[in-house]
Amino acid sequence: MSEAARGGPAGAQNEYDLTLARPEDIVRRVAVHRARSRRRFRTIFLLTWLVLVGALVIALAQSGKVDPAFIGKWGPFILGGIPVTLFVSVVSIIFAVVFALFGALGRLSRNPTIYAVATLYVSLVRGTPLIVQIIFVYLALPQFGIVLDPLTSGIFALSFNYGAYLTEIFRAGVEAVPRGQREAAAALGMQERSIMRRVILPQAIRIVTPAIGNDFISMTKDSALVSYVTIEEVFWRANNAGTQTFRNFEALMIAAVVYWVMTIVLSFGQERLERRMAQSDVRV
Amino acid sequence: MDQPVPLSADHHDPFAKPGALTPAGSLPIVRVADLQKFYGDNHVLKGVTLEVYPRETICLIGKSGSGKSTLLRCINFLEEPTVGLIEVDGLRVDADPLRARSRQHLEQIRQIRLRAQMVFQEFNLFPHMKVIDNLIEGPIRVKGVSRDQAIATAENYLEKVGLAEKRDEYPGRLSGGQKQRVAIARALTMEPKVLLFDEPTSALDPTLVGEVINVMEELAHEGATMIVVTHEMAFAREAADRVYFIEGGQFVEVGPPDQVIEDPKDPRTREFLARTFGKAHVPG
Repeated sequence: MSEAARGGPAGAQNEYDLTLARPEDIVRRVAVHRARSRRRFRTIFLLTWLVLVGALVIALAQSGKVDPAFIGKWGPFILGGIPVTLFVSVVSIIFAVVFALFGALGRLSRNPTIYAVATLYVSLVRGTPLIVQIIFVYLALPQFGIVLDPLTSGIFALSFNYGAYLTEIFRAGVEAVPRGQREAAAALGMQERSIMRRVILPQAIRIVTPAIGNDFISMTKDSALVSYVTIEEVFWRANNAGTQTFRNFEALMIAAVVYWVMTIVLSFGQERLERRMAQSDVRV
Repeated sequence: MDQPVPLSADHHDPFAKPGALTPAGSLPIVRVADLQKFYGDNHVLKGVTLEVYPRETICLIGKSGSGKSTLLRCINFLEEPTVGLIEVDGLRVDADPLRARSRQHLEQIRQIRLRAQMVFQEFNLFPHMKVIDNLIEGPIRVKGVSRDQAIATAENYLEKVGLAEKRDEYPGRLSGGQKQRVAIARALTMEPKVLLFDEPTSALDPTLVGEVINVMEELAHEGATMIVVTHEMAFAREAADRVYFIEGGQFVEVGPPDQVIEDPKDPRTREFLARTFGKAHVPG
């Protein structure tokens, strides 16, 4: 076959022409090319972000309306809310998972009373605003003698709320386990409870783990709402610093950046977790 | 047999007689009497009566949709029969679709299930458990066998299906044929009275059918009691004591394989076999 017939330039060998290359060279060169394109994509991505964010920062600095000294003065105070935000989020997601586990079992129950209770829970919580629920727990329950401290009310309201959303995710996760799994376990003679605990739930949990991660990330942002019950997390501190100094822009900007960076870090962690789970995923 | 026969607990399978390997004086281990099954208004089984003696191998053949798998799945109550009765190893459970099953009935059904182990078309191994754990789950959870004892039994049956070396693999790493052999070993590890095979080779790549059929033939010749829903006429010919040809939810022709497969009387049986063999390129 002539060079021309292969579509390449006649004469000297084209450096992109692999026709005459040895297999190991083909593999190596294709791999090098792939790695190079990946690197190029990532570099341009980062540069674009840098340029856009940098331009915004410079524009703000040049405007003369922003006080850079505010950051030094109030930054540490606002950042001090990060552990509180994370604590509230972590504890709340754990309780939310517990609520959701019971909620999902209820939503899957064939007992009409249990099903009704679980469905009422989901409907009530999803049908009312989170902010109303948070303030309700803190301010309305005391009318009935139930007085909870701010942290407990905040965590209770958040986890109760997220538990309802996770309930539906868990239910879907259980239903996503192939029917044959339940049949095989039942055919072995396993009791309903063992089938759920030993066969269905371990597989369902795998299916819903990414969703729990998503909800956790959204929880870190929604946790700003518990500032209404005077929990001194990131937003509460930013809000207070802003109103005290009449520098709301700087204060809220810092809070926004804090939340943003937290979600980026958490998403990154979640991505790695998902990749690891995908690797060890063993399906029939 | 064209008209549904009236329900009678004393109704017996006119074709059943103890097989070649059946010990003298044995009673049937599986009895299905006047079984009917409706899915909504779809009359899937129109009154079938079947008896299987210990150490017999019975093949159920017929087109897809003829009701053969439904019949098999009624025997271990993966499907609830609508009318009729099932008896396995002396445990009798009547169809009772108009009332919720009592605790006592459910327990009896569970007892039937662990005596009549099923091998599924889609294997239904538990993907989150190693092969060995798939095998010991039933004996430990259901029969209360000690872990050491269960492992010993399981290893013995893994050896029997030729997969001793896959003991610690996850099912996801096995071929279809290997998965099905593991599924057979899982059923055997329960040491059941009867094995139910639901089209065990239908989901397999044609090159992998042989290894599964070999294991099944070996079991049949050793005197395992088996009810096999299959399209593998070679297996039926080789291993079956009796072949039941089912069409439209009723048995059309029943008898030893050299009669039903080699010399079918009913035109429906002939047509079915001609089509089956035509597809498999094996002369009838």
